[in-house]
Amino acid sequence: MMTGAQILIESLKREGVDLIFGYPGGVLLGVYDTLYDSDITHILPRHEQGGIHAAEGYARATGKVGVCFGTSGPGATNLVTGIANAHMDSIPMVVFTGQVATSLIGGDAFQEADIIGITRPIVKHSYMLTNVEETASVIKEAFHIARTGRPGPVVIDLPKDIMAAKAKFEWPEKVNLTGYNPTVKGHLGQIKKMLRLLESAKKPVIYMGGGVVLSEANEELVKFSEITGVPVVSSFLGLGGFPGTHENFVGWLGMHGNYASNMAVSDPDFILAIGTRFSDRSTGRLDGFAPNAKIAHIDVDPASISKNVQIEVPIVGDCKAVLKQALGEIDKFNWDKNASARKEWREQIKAWDREHPFDYDRTADIIKPQYVVETIYKVTEGDAIITTEVGQNQMWAGQFYKFKRPHQFISSGGLGTMGYGFPAAIGAKLGCPDKEVFDIAGDGSFMMNMQEICTAVQNKVAVKVAILNNRYLGMIRQWQNMFFNDRFSHCDLNCQPDFVKLAEAFGAVGMRIDRKEDVEAAIRESLKVKDKPVIMDFTVDRNENVFPMIPAGASVSEMLLMQK
Amino acid sequence: MMRHTISVLVENKFGVLSRISGLFSGRGYNIESLSVNRTTDESVSIMTIVTMGDDRVVEQIIKQLRKLVNVIRVRNVSEMDHIEREMILVKVHATQRTRPDVFNIVSTFRGKTVDITNESVVIELTGANDKILAFLNVMEPYGIIEVVRTGAIAIGRGSKMTSEMK
Repeated sequence: MMTGAQILIESLKREGVDLIFGYPGGVLLGVYDTLYDSDITHILPRHEQGGIHAAEGYARATGKVGVCFGTSGPGATNLVTGIANAHMDSIPMVVFTGQVATSLIGGDAFQEADIIGITRPIVKHSYMLTNVEETASVIKEAFHIARTGRPGPVVIDLPKDIMAAKAKFEWPEKVNLTGYNPTVKGHLGQIKKMLRLLESAKKPVIYMGGGVVLSEANEELVKFSEITGVPVVSSFLGLGGFPGTHENFVGWLGMHGNYASNMAVSDPDFILAIGTRFSDRSTGRLDGFAPNAKIAHIDVDPASISKNVQIEVPIVGDCKAVLKQALGEIDKFNWDKNASARKEWREQIKAWDREHPFDYDRTADIIKPQYVVETIYKVTEGDAIITTEVGQNQMWAGQFYKFKRPHQFISSGGLGTMGYGFPAAIGAKLGCPDKEVFDIAGDGSFMMNMQEICTAVQNKVAVKVAILNNRYLGMIRQWQNMFFNDRFSHCDLNCQPDFVKLAEAFGAVGMRIDRKEDVEAAIRESLKVKDKPVIMDFTVDRNENVFPMIPAGASVSEMLLMQK
Repeated sequence: MMRHTISVLVENKFGVLSRISGLFSGRGYNIESLSVNRTTDESVSIMTIVTMGDDRVVEQIIKQLRKLVNVIRVRNVSEMDHIEREMILVKVHATQRTRPDVFNIVSTFRGKTVDITNESVVIELTGANDKILAFLNVMEPYGIIEVVRTGAIAIGRGSKMTSEMK
């Protein structure tokens, strides 16, 4: 016989969990006592939100399921933002929350919160354990649900008495869920229909999203794009799903994407959308989005198909599996037929890109934030894992770092969670210790979870934080500058800590870089630090805005470009 | 905007009703009525949800319902040959003078009188939505004191289970 807590830890081992981010608390003491004897590594963040973002960063960098613990009540509610973040970006997570004993539930006990109720709209699924005997099977189901289909977070609430109760440990052979059976392979007839339409298209575009990264369909997609000669546009979260330096790669579309990508989707004759959900930040105003194109859409989530944009050829299935099927059929079609029209189309797109590439004033004496990102790209040879905070820093990271592979770019896309990037970087570095990991940060976002410097120091996590410090909530300032007559309401962060001293106070390395000529040397210097975090405070142009920009609710034709 | 009746077979588990009602409120879909009860299999419940929406909205509702792990089957029964029933209990003013008229109407609608006082009667009536509405319309002039309605329940015609029908 084992206790619920012992069954829990044993089940985690069976699922291959080797790293947990968690914060103990009253009702979880039994679980933590069991964990004390286990060989699973446990990382103690300094705030539950830091812990769950770190678990997500770990999941996104490794492709594995992220696991975190929080106690009942405030511990659980502090996890809510992280759960919502994982839900919006479809990241596999299993989140364990403590709960008061079942006899006390509903009585407003100390540190009681109805976390299952609170998180209902932001989970893929959730469980409250009410019987110790179901512990192992629930955990197995939770991991299965989190990682299959369209991935997402699963919450398991652990009442204190259930964790103390005893039962025999029985690890189920397989998962049996009558109501859950995601489609993996696509319908072959639909795939052929898509290929037929693509074959006859003269101005086709592949519009790929985070689903390509999640299913690691990158190699299949490169092959597919090369054979068919179709250029590839990515969503923001798709970055890394197709090599950023490939000649068929156009860039990313949307509010701050490049001109060529947005032009490419404004009037193509065919779009093959892969693993994307046509978010408003990507498409802009929908009536301006490819009004004359036929659209085929491959997605593992049927509810993402025809949700925002009407789709002619829906293909439900895993991106990688469906692309494999498509590659199996590809020789049966004639890709030479429109090859010259497509070449012309690719030339047109390249011309658009030459006309308005991502750019900034390279002659400025002051440090431009884009220059910092570009230099990180150069110094790391495009190989680092990049996490971002949210706002201007995030957009510049997407614009000036070219990604090679899936899981290399980690950013809070759907929810836009400030304070995400730094803990996510810690998780990513713990998952991929051989890779350099940079958090491209803003001063505002970084201050939302900077307590995690302590976590990184304690665990010798050598992440680099590049604060693009404009002493503003930069994206807020940009909108107030552009749309609110320079009425800078509450975006000024001139009062802030000395980040160098702050880093040192935590036992990390701090650097301040005020001069453009010191940027590269500082980044190179940071790479020499192997056993603690480095916080680099770059004093950048306070007034720099992100361009291009398609204002919210506008269409591509209303794109604002950099003033030269 | 069309009225759609959706039949949802669900696992009889903790919190299923809140997952479904929450899905509707969270995504801004409306629920006109919802009824839920166990089937002959104790581990499975069936819900009948009546909602309003155009084709696109109803397609999304069905897809989102299917995404829920505890949902086993979803059928838009409005699209198939089916039988739909609601039940109402209506308390109506009826004095000695008006009572015969009221009884007449009740019998025309094949309802039942289940309680009588000097000033009122309580009538029980089952039928499809349009019949219920027609009855309430006719009763209106007599003075309706109170109406209690169940949600609609629906079943497909023929020998197959509704959840197995195309």
